[in-house]
Amino acid sequence: MNNTRRDFLKTAIATAAAGALPVAGLLGSRGAAAAAAEPIKVGILHSLTGTIAITEAHVVDAEKLAIDEINAAGGVLGRPLQSIVEDGASDWPTFAEKAQKLLESDKVAAVFGCYTSASRKAVLPVFERYNGLLYYPTYYEGLEMSKNIMYTGQEATQSVIPAVNWLAQNKGKKFYLIGSDYIWPRTTNRIARPTIAKAGGTVVGEDYFPLGNVEFSSVINKIKAAKPDVILSTVVGGSNVALYKQLNSVDITGKNQTILALSVTEEEAIGIGRENLVGVYSCMGYFQSVANPQNQKFVAAFKAKYGADRVVGDTLEAAYTAVYMWKLAVEKAGSLDVAKVVAASSNLAWAAPEGQVHFHVSNHHLWKHARIGTFKPDGQVQIVYESPLIEPNPFPKL
Amino acid sequence: MTADTLLTQVFNGLSLFTVLALMAIGLAIVFGLMGVINMAHGELMALGAYMTYLTSVAFSRYLPQMMGAYFIVGMIAAFAVTAAAGFVLERVMIRHLYKRPLDTMLATWGLSLVLQQLYRQLFGPIDVSVPTVTWLQGAWNPTPGIAIPLSRIFIIGLTLVVALSVYLFLFRSRWGLRIRSVMQNRAMAGAAGINTERVDAVTFAVGCGLAGIAGSALTMLASTGPVTGQQYIVDTFVVVVFGGIESLVGTFLSAFTIGQMQSMFELVLSGSMAKAAILLLVITALYFRPNGLFALKVRR
Repeated sequence: MNNTRRDFLKTAIATAAAGALPVAGLLGSRGAAAAAAEPIKVGILHSLTGTIAITEAHVVDAEKLAIDEINAAGGVLGRPLQSIVEDGASDWPTFAEKAQKLLESDKVAAVFGCYTSASRKAVLPVFERYNGLLYYPTYYEGLEMSKNIMYTGQEATQSVIPAVNWLAQNKGKKFYLIGSDYIWPRTTNRIARPTIAKAGGTVVGEDYFPLGNVEFSSVINKIKAAKPDVILSTVVGGSNVALYKQLNSVDITGKNQTILALSVTEEEAIGIGRENLVGVYSCMGYFQSVANPQNQKFVAAFKAKYGADRVVGDTLEAAYTAVYMWKLAVEKAGSLDVAKVVAASSNLAWAAPEGQVHFHVSNHHLWKHARIGTFKPDGQVQIVYESPLIEPNPFPKL
Repeated sequence: MTADTLLTQVFNGLSLFTVLALMAIGLAIVFGLMGVINMAHGELMALGAYMTYLTSVAFSRYLPQMMGAYFIVGMIAAFAVTAAAGFVLERVMIRHLYKRPLDTMLATWGLSLVLQQLYRQLFGPIDVSVPTVTWLQGAWNPTPGIAIPLSRIFIIGLTLVVALSVYLFLFRSRWGLRIRSVMQNRAMAGAAGINTERVDAVTFAVGCGLAGIAGSALTMLASTGPVTGQQYIVDTFVVVVFGGIESLVGTFLSAFTIGQMQSMFELVLSGSMAKAAILLLVITALYFRPNGLFALKVRR
């Protein structure tokens, strides 16, 4: 009866301690083993719904294909990639909100996302505040270079400027500019105007319509009155369907009027109706019909995973390239740290489906080809012009 | 500004008027005759458009030699399906909310979100392509300088037919008599032996069916996707409110006014500015005539 409770407690604690050691040892080693295969989280942020979905929803598929291929080849730094997909819903504040969620709660190593410049501008402050890393795969107007964004899409000197010059040389000097009403079309046209003037052309009309607008009869009337040689279209998203349907209904088609669309790829052609786009020109960095071995491999893998009647447009290829460029930069830097990855991206090269690309030494953009092609009845693009690699210059002197 | 341009612009105004009128007539019936604010009207138009799309797919797969006829069949299918949907909706949901207009607004807004997601699940988030029938492709060229799209002429004709049918239905048929009496004095109509509940259901179904026809016709002009309804609903409400809530004639007149004015504005202003100018005008007009331009006095 001498302090049996104290004795009991002493024995109990001793047994517990003795028992805990081997368990801790087991847990510890299992923890170490788990850390070796612990996945790297990456974010994917695109509009899966809303008026931009017709153009943006499928970009996710290309990014997932790249992630699956990378995982099958052993992952990045020996760790598999795990993607977290968020829907921006064609609403810019939602993009900012989801970006914050990915960076702050999910703590992703990088985000592959955004399509419209408006969405990118909305998430830019979020990435800079949380020191995240965004890979932006879409062609855009330039005039930006954030330390937290890598741009794998064309900027203006690689898209609208060569397009305007090619049109002025080959198709005519009178331009009619029609676009959706937000930053990309307006800035693109602001860049296009002096380029047109330098090429000896004139702008005979300029019109903007809200995203989602479906009534184009008045502007079509104005176009008929102005009789331009070239219609340069920066209309984005679902409005394209209405625009081309209504143009065709008054017999303005790609066959009798030069129309160059800066934001219609093989993807939108399906929603617009391939028969409505025959003869319409498009200027992009990549078309599915680009002929090189890595593109054939990419398109085959894409169709094998998602279906034989799927098509691949410029932004999908740029997104696929973005994932691989991030992987290469991480492996070269040996770390996921944003500053190190960005530094390792300088001059980083890869054989992308669009051809050999490499990042600029300092401005976060890719050296890219500009390609111009015309839509065929099957929805594919026949390439009629390919520029040499153009050095990216997001702040051109106009 | 040549005569060709001006004439084409007048036609554009006419075409816009008929598009707005077609979209608004269903809403005006439901809003005006029943006092129900149907925020899901746009989604019902999208339902009509999707029915037309399904008809086109069915024809192209099983009856490709009769593709020319698919559009009429599609429009009839659109009317039938949306009217049936409207009937079910009225019986299940709207019936309980007659005395509560704000609650109807909320409930139908929720319904519109549900329908949008349903379309996404069934048809995908991407717009579907509804091919225009060959006999409505292209334009009529009265002079070399003027091209009047056949699809728009068809819509003008369709609006005339619909307007005439609505008039005959409401003012020359037994059902129209019942509907009008219930609208003017529900208690007396009930006392006179009219089944007011059935009348309500039929009125709502007709309003929804008209939305289906509008959606079906609009597949010739624009895309068909889950958010299509959202793109039309604002314009439709503006037309109905501007015209005076309880006046069907007012709806037509307001659609005409807005259609012509928007067309004229778009000639001189950019598309976005024209829309803003129209809305500014509507607000100013409503400031001076809060019940709409052509509000009638109706005893309740």
